[in-house]
Order: sequence, then C-alpha cells, then structure tokens
Amino acid sequence: MGCGRVGARVAGLLDHSGNEISVIDTDSRSFRRLPAGFGGETVIGTGIDEDVLRKAGIEDAEAFIAVTNGDNRNIMAAQVARLIFEVPQVICRIYDPVREDTYRRLGLTTVCPTTTISAIILDHVMRTTSDTNVGRGGTT
Amino acid sequence: MYIIVAGGGKVGYYLAQHLLEEGHEVLLIERNPDRVTEINEVLGAVAVAGDGAEAGTQAAAGASRADVVVAVTGEDEDNLVICQVAREKFHVARTIARVNNPKNEHLFRMLGVDVTVSQTNYILNLIEQAIPERSFVHLVSFHEDLTIVDAKVSESSAVAHRAISEIELPVNTAITAIARGANLIVPNPGTELLPGDDIIAVAHQNQEDELRRLLV
Repeated sequence: MGCGRVGARVAGLLDHSGNEISVIDTDSRSFRRLPAGFGGETVIGTGIDEDVLRKAGIEDAEAFIAVTNGDNRNIMAAQVARLIFEVPQVICRIYDPVREDTYRRLGLTTVCPTTTISAIILDHVMRTTSDTNVGRGGTT
Repeated sequence: MYIIVAGGGKVGYYLAQHLLEEGHEVLLIERNPDRVTEINEVLGAVAVAGDGAEAGTQAAAGASRADVVVAVTGEDEDNLVICQVAREKFHVARTIARVNNPKNEHLFRMLGVDVTVSQTNYILNLIEQAIPERSFVHLVSFHEDLTIVDAKVSESSAVAHRAISEIELPVNTAITAIARGANLIVPNPGTELLPGDDIIAVAHQNQEDELRRLLV
C-alpha cells in the first residue's frame, strides 16, 4: 500500500523474486514508478478501506506492507490488515519516532526511517571524527 | 471536566463552544494556524496549533489530566490515531471519535475507541425516519450493539390482533411502547396489537431482521 519510491521499489524487488504482488495507491499516476516488466496487480483506492483491500486480495495475502506518506494511514491500514484480515506478516512505516514506539509496543512490526537514517548518519559522522582523531593522534 | 477536542472544523468548533457554555474546561487542537487564530478571536484562547496525533502536542495539551479526548477531524485515520495515542500514552479514560466512513465504526471500537459517532449514519437515519409509510425504521443505536426500532404492524402481520403475552419475541428483546394514533401506550402482557400500531422495541442489532419478520 503506497506506490511511492519505497513502495514501488519493494514491490518491484518482491515481484522480481517470484512473489505475487498487488500494489494499492490512490493516484494511478504513481504506478508509473513501478519497474518495467512489473508483473503484479495495481489497485486504485485507499488502503484504509476494507473493500479496496479485498479487491487487492488481502484475504489470501501472506504479507501486507503499509508505506504511504501518511503515518496515520499506515497505522490504520496495518491494524485493519492484522486484526480484520489476520494477515500473518504486517509491516508499517511510521516517520514519527514517538508514534512508532507506541505502535511497536502495541504489537505492530514498524519501520521508522527517521531513527534508522539518523543512526546511519550519526554512525558515519562518528567514524569520520574518530578517523580524524586517529590521524591527529599520529602526528603529535 | 477537562476535555480535549482535536480538529477545528465546523464540528470541532461548535462542539468546543457548546462544551465551554456548559462550563467545561476545553482545549481545541487544530493543525491550521490561521484557523486557530480565527477560533481564538471568537471563543477566547481555547485553541492551539498542532497535530493532535503527535504525542508531543497531546503532552503539551495536558492529555494526562484530560477526562475525555474527542477526535473530530475529517480524516478517519487521524481520528483513530489521536484516540489511540490518548489512550495508550496518556491513559485518557474516555476517547470519542468521529467516523466519516460508516464502515469504520466497528473497526474503531475493536481498536479501543470508546465511542464512535458516524455523521453519515445519523443523517441516513434521520432521512429514513422522515420517509412516510416505512414499515420498519431503525431509530437509534446505543451501548455498542443495542438498537431501538419502530415497526408498523400491518394488516397481514402475524402479531396483529394478538396480545403481547401470546407473541414469541426473539430473546432479550422488549416492546417498550406502542404509538397508536396520537396515543402512547405503555404495554402490559395483555395489550392487544392492532394493525397500524407503531411498536417501539429495544433489541440487539443482530436481531433486527428477526424482529422485522415477526412484527411487520
């Protein structure tokens, strides 16, 4: 659900590795982001609507991934997928770290780009500074 | 009571105004700062700008001492998350959500929202009641799955000209009143039902169909 850069890429990769994929987005133009030769289904509509989810085949789905730009939309759709349709694996992107923490505690599998990317950047920064420090240490 | 209202559209605005008039302490959270200024010009300093679904906004609004959080934005997903954050993070005892898509009422209750209000359903009900010669009208829902209905007894109804004690009602349903012309009758077991009577009955929502088949 959500055919932005991340959604289209994940859908393309999973399709390429032989999975059956349905992509949901409110805007049909966003399906253009899917890679050439994409073999899955596309469904226009909002993933917080049970009927749209059914049309995308959620009743037989083994995994559901919510990666629209709206945290709340992802949270709601993920809960619908898990509680109403009992999809075994549900993954939900939440940008707001506090909200991510709340819903992880409530049992959703969450991905928070904000904390993940900050950590990666910090890691690079720390490594750079320590490299520099080592260099300085060598000259003194 | 201390009541936080999230969403400063028409519903949120009039709700806040009404609650203030009733003497409650009210704080309104609205995303659009221009709208916040507009509201505060009329109601005094009751509105703050912010995203009601954000824990930080709710913390600043004093959600931990709020008795009730009401989410009345135009987006169901926002209303759901506002209520869930209030409940899970700030332990607000009562959360109320406006539901824009009637299909979401059941889901919201499953997900821990205490009360849901579906404008669409209310308007449908009112219109249904206003259409004349309807034989079975759902009047109101309450307590999650209870309902009050109005059933008109027809000439061919199985219950016409029979006393209430002779009728086998579905379990846990009650005939609470009979409107006969301009008269309101509080029924007893011996009361005879006549064609044209409006029967006001209380039932579980899933018994509505059974009741309809029996009475109409």
